[in-house]
Amino acid sequence: MATSKAMQQSLALRFSSAAFLVFWCVIAAFPIFWIAVMSFKAPRDAFADSPWDVIFGPNTLARGDGLSILDILVGLAVLYFAIRWAFTRLPGLVTRYANGPFTVLGWIVGALIYALVFLLVFFGLLPLILDPLNGLLGPLGEPVLGLTTQHYVAVWGENEFYRNFLNSMLVTAGVVTISLTVGTLAGYGLARSGSNLAFWLLILALIFRALPHSVLVAGYLPWFINSAEILRPIFGDLSPTLYGQPWAVIAVLVSINQPFTIWMLRSFFQNIPSELDEAARVDGCSHFQAFRRVIMPVMWPGVITTGLFSFLLGYNDFLVTSLLLDAQNQTMVPAIAGYFNRETTTTDQVEAVAAAVSITAPLFLLVMVFQRQIVSGLTAGAVKG
Amino acid sequence: MKFKTFFAFVAPSLFMMILFIALPLVSVLIQSFQITQPVMTQSEVETCTPGFLTQTCTTELKTVPVLDENGKTITTTEWVGLQSYRNVLQMDKVWAAIGSNSWSEILQIDFWKALRFTLMYTLLTLPLVIGVGLLIALTVNNAAKSLRGPVIFISLLPFIITPVVGALSIYWLFVGDGILTALMEQWSGTNISMFAQAWTIELLMYFYRVWHVAPFAFVIFYAGLQTVNMDTLESAVIDGANRWERLRHVIIPHLMPLIIFIALIHLMDCYRVFEEIVGFRSEAYVISLQWLTYDFLTPDDAGNRAIARASASAMLTMIGIVFLLILPLRRTWRDHKGGAH
Repeated sequence: MATSKAMQQSLALRFSSAAFLVFWCVIAAFPIFWIAVMSFKAPRDAFADSPWDVIFGPNTLARGDGLSILDILVGLAVLYFAIRWAFTRLPGLVTRYANGPFTVLGWIVGALIYALVFLLVFFGLLPLILDPLNGLLGPLGEPVLGLTTQHYVAVWGENEFYRNFLNSMLVTAGVVTISLTVGTLAGYGLARSGSNLAFWLLILALIFRALPHSVLVAGYLPWFINSAEILRPIFGDLSPTLYGQPWAVIAVLVSINQPFTIWMLRSFFQNIPSELDEAARVDGCSHFQAFRRVIMPVMWPGVITTGLFSFLLGYNDFLVTSLLLDAQNQTMVPAIAGYFNRETTTTDQVEAVAAAVSITAPLFLLVMVFQRQIVSGLTAGAVKG
Repeated sequence: MKFKTFFAFVAPSLFMMILFIALPLVSVLIQSFQITQPVMTQSEVETCTPGFLTQTCTTELKTVPVLDENGKTITTTEWVGLQSYRNVLQMDKVWAAIGSNSWSEILQIDFWKALRFTLMYTLLTLPLVIGVGLLIALTVNNAAKSLRGPVIFISLLPFIITPVVGALSIYWLFVGDGILTALMEQWSGTNISMFAQAWTIELLMYFYRVWHVAPFAFVIFYAGLQTVNMDTLESAVIDGANRWERLRHVIIPHLMPLIIFIALIHLMDCYRVFEEIVGFRSEAYVISLQWLTYDFLTPDDAGNRAIARASASAMLTMIGIVFLLILPLRRTWRDHKGGAH
């Protein structure tokens, strides 16, 4: 669309607009970028007061951990091709092996394999090749940039962060699947029913959405801790203590998330023309058959978007998981609180930074892959609802 | 759709919401009027320490919890009326403070301190988030098409990041002699520590919240800007409206429903401010209502959780959110009544 003459902007306005945009981008990305840089440095560098020390890491370099110019060039080249491949070839591969309802699963498996191969090549293969080359090249092979992965090794290896990671994955996977299954049905029902009851249900859900989570957790805790005794008359000795159980937390998070899920899915279902299932009904389908055969094949974009937000809720939650899970089943986000509670040395602090970056990395990939869906999800509720 | 089919579709979701949202609310309400305590008895305990010739023995009265046959403490639950609320609100101290005209003393009490911060935080960040979000949306709308994708990508990062980690990432920039504190010290020539007094921590929290939520407002405003009627805008120009007047009289009225929506969501989300307290480690200076409940719920050194007080403070928190949401909800309700529905 060509801008008409009346709408043209003065140079000063265009410049200040662009300047503000650059300013915002810097502010938005800087803290995240900075913790990523910090996590690769020796403690003294990571918390140095000069930014250049943090970036170049002289102390890290002095300890013998560093990259030469050759390392940086080759690393950047590999990184560039890896990212390009991820954007050009990977989607094709995923859609070839998984389609329809399995797209999400395909993406998850694809992303996991990709991440694994990437880590192997980047941290396994590259050092093997580059180390002898650096020795041969002389001055070009001298390390110039301090960089160490020791904190990641410490976090994931010694501190067994992978346990927390697995717990996080278990909780989020449970939250996403159950909340989508339950929410899709309800969202469809609400979208297709114009009754007053449906309206009041939605209002009730909106009120539930406003409740602070700590209010609800205060309601669960006494029951969850004593559940074994409360349930004994019904289940006998098999009755479980719900406190500390991941699946109890999944049920809680699903319910907390339900108001939001049904609102969002309802607005997606409203965009699917109701003539579609009416036609199926005329052809003799029941409501459930119409839902299964006609609506299910076309609902995936909305479901994937809603699933992303459910994922974020389960993954980012601190309050519910920290109160309802014991140390053994702890997820990643509350586990990081453990780091800074015992944070006595600067090494501990940098390990906390590395853990924080480890938590952020999957989210970063998520935005990269699903940017469009996230944006459409954010606007779906607001613009149309 | 018949009622029966509708109900069948909605039932699982409704069941979960009733079981895990409605019933816990009832439970919290009841708990807030009860206190569960271990039964204590006084018993004489003789403790002996080895001494020369004979042992030195002392007998003293100790209060010990009564144990049942399994070795668990027996607890009793009794109705205490508004006692827990009194413990949380500490009205006697409040009246004393009002009597002596020292308002700052009220803000020493945990609940009032938390209430002050939560309300101020919610209400002050609201215009900031809407303003900054709108500004970003306008500038992105102004930028070249090819730049918009990357800018949206970068903008989504603060929104999508785990709140605790987001707060921590800003905390680490300022903690001790972090690079930004060092920079400010260089400019001002004085020694600055950002985490030693309440107001600097609060300032950083305001920054964090705007940083975290503005992208959400931005994305929604940006989508809204795509549907602004270009003809109206152009005729406004021909009528001689300058840029500011066009923004005020054409664009903002067009975005008004979205502004209400964002305000509603922001009030709900910001009122439960909690992760900032954890991320910035500000427990000693700044606390929020949700953090107060959380703190009652976490076991103390003896392993006891103050469930009754937590329930009371949870109920008070809920009353707050109802008051906060009445205005925007009434507006939505009027729109719904007056709308095409």
